[in-house]
Amino acid sequence: MAKRYVAIWFRHLVTDWMIRRRPELKGVPFVLAAPERGRMVVRSASAEAQAKGIYPNMVVADCKAILPSLQVLDDIPGQDDKLLNALTEWCIRYTPIVALDLPDGLILDASGCSHLWGGEQAYLKDMINRLSGFGYHVRAAMADTAGTAWAISRFGQITPIIKSDRQLDALLPLPPAALRLEPVILERLNKLGLHTIGSFIRMPRTALRRRFGQILLQKLDQALGQEMESILPVRPIEPYQERLPCLEPIRTATGIEIALQQLVEKLCERLEKEDKGLRRCVFKGYRIDGNIQQIDIGTNRPSRNVKHLSKLFENKIVQIEPDLGIELFILEAPIVEDLTSAQDALWNSTTASDNRAVAELLDRIAGKTGMDTIRRYLPNESYWPERAAKLATSLQEKPTTEWRIDMPRPVNLLPKPELIDVTVQMPDYPPMLFKYKGKLHNISKADGPERIEQEWWLRNGHYRDYYCVEDNDGARYWLFRLGPYTGNEPKWFLHGFFA
Amino acid sequence: MGLLAAKRDIVQQLQKEVLSLQQSKKPVVDKPLNIGLGELLSAFPNKTFPTGTVHEFISPNIEYAAATNGFICGLLDQLMLQKGPCLWISTRRTIYPPALKLFGIDPERIIFIDLERPKQVLWAIEEGLKCEDISVVIGELSELGFTESRRLQLAVESSNVTGFIHRYQPRSENTVACTTRWMIKPVSSITGDMPGVGFPRWEVQLVKVRNGKPGSWQFEWRGGQFHSIAPQRFSIIKNQRLKTG
Repeated sequence: MAKRYVAIWFRHLVTDWMIRRRPELKGVPFVLAAPERGRMVVRSASAEAQAKGIYPNMVVADCKAILPSLQVLDDIPGQDDKLLNALTEWCIRYTPIVALDLPDGLILDASGCSHLWGGEQAYLKDMINRLSGFGYHVRAAMADTAGTAWAISRFGQITPIIKSDRQLDALLPLPPAALRLEPVILERLNKLGLHTIGSFIRMPRTALRRRFGQILLQKLDQALGQEMESILPVRPIEPYQERLPCLEPIRTATGIEIALQQLVEKLCERLEKEDKGLRRCVFKGYRIDGNIQQIDIGTNRPSRNVKHLSKLFENKIVQIEPDLGIELFILEAPIVEDLTSAQDALWNSTTASDNRAVAELLDRIAGKTGMDTIRRYLPNESYWPERAAKLATSLQEKPTTEWRIDMPRPVNLLPKPELIDVTVQMPDYPPMLFKYKGKLHNISKADGPERIEQEWWLRNGHYRDYYCVEDNDGARYWLFRLGPYTGNEPKWFLHGFFA
Repeated sequence: MGLLAAKRDIVQQLQKEVLSLQQSKKPVVDKPLNIGLGELLSAFPNKTFPTGTVHEFISPNIEYAAATNGFICGLLDQLMLQKGPCLWISTRRTIYPPALKLFGIDPERIIFIDLERPKQVLWAIEEGLKCEDISVVIGELSELGFTESRRLQLAVESSNVTGFIHRYQPRSENTVACTTRWMIKPVSSITGDMPGVGFPRWEVQLVKVRNGKPGSWQFEWRGGQFHSIAPQRFSIIKNQRLKTG
């Protein structure tokens, strides 16, 4: 069967969308501008502005000179991409194969679709009418090749529908720009006085190749249908969602459990196929009185284990109030991550046992006591003792730097250094004795000082001079003196206990 | 002589039978642990450090607690070689992760679970002990009743995880179903004529041990392993110190 393509051109994509969002802009010439090299440059201009001779890439000051009443709005970066993507998904109603044609168009593979609308005319008309109904200025064309459809949609004058195998006739009167060529080639063609495709299409191919390169011939062939052109269809991501409608309202906990079990199984089956695992999962029950009951769970690492997920939900089922009954259950996984079946174990450097069981254990603990109770530490490049370790964000995260082992560090560190009374023989000497919690400790051995400075870019404060000391009983402590001896007595603190 | 030897054989035979009866299953020793506790191992049945059971440590004050943590870290080093990660469950944790590296442990392999209530700690310890992929569960809490300790012991018997219960300032040293009860006391380090603080040194008291002989030993942590300090050498050093001091 012959291929048929439709090309849609949105002439004022972003500005049309802006008018749709802010109806007061209708009929007013306005532009969307963004700063570029210290001046405001027009990114897109509305239909009214273009009618007055204001086009994209002009400087706003110049435009204002042409049209003092021009409204200038801020451009939203990436908005055109977003819009076009949304429109592509919308167009899937016309054909399953829809491709983006940046920056301002779509290409649809309409082979065998138009008869459902009662002919090509009606098909195209429906498309244009609906899009115009949204407020978009569109032009669409249909042809055997994507290239010709594109050319006609931008430059066609007579009819938007090119009959099968009539591409050549349709292309002859069009300017060379209709072939989607680069500006350099277009300029060269223009210089030689070749203002229409018809003026050079019959020239020998070798001559064309020599002067304009292979790309011109390729584009010509693609437009005429002598060379295949493939389009990349978009595939919208189906949300990870499973539904279970019930014939009769469910009111019992057992019923809810069965529903949950079924949904979890279905969802996990799909995740298994796509090599994914869920990190968050929401279970919703739609009650007949319109109320929505929901419970959710989170996991420490992607999971698609039916047993584990059901277990996590199990404790929360009691929170659901079925009241008069639930008629529809929905299970959604808003956060889904890749999970290959053989994901590497992280901490098991010596044994190969998979740590799924560990992750599931942690999920259970987190489900009962909260996610923030589970902590893992990674080295942080800081000398300051309180900042020497940072929290890992996931179970998989590995340390990027080495732990420091060159200086002694106490096994137990007090969360906050505690003030102590000391007796010091001489400045910069370790103390002779100190009093902590009412008990006097005589120091028999000491190491130090190790001076640690505050990182001034993080916080201001005095440095600390740390001493490792051992008292007569054999207990070892980590003490420090805050700041220098200047005037008044410096403060001493106990910060940790050595093993 | 022959009679005596026969008697010893019979006693050994009986001891083995009693052991197998008292323990629901024989401790799995795939690889004997190279813990380096030397003399101390003779206190245990079969002269092996009992893994797959629950050990109890008692610290009457914070200095003891630090020494206990050091001793546990020394044991962890070997225990974690065999299996997966380690859980450290506590309500008021003061352990300082960067210091663990000095005991040869990768701090990132330890998962800290900080809970609010002792009840949650008990629950988490039990859940952890049931999980076979975990090598060691360390639980810090003060009170542990006999019933709870029995539950922990039962959890361990099927999963073969080693549990360390570190009790800080318990109200009473009640009977629990743990295999051992330890008390680790910090002892003055020996530096000889050198200035400064020496290697960490502990007096390890095995207060209770099931089917074994309790006792007291001294160890030093040096070069990434335990070094047993022989009592006589220890006394000589003491004498020397007396002379010099």
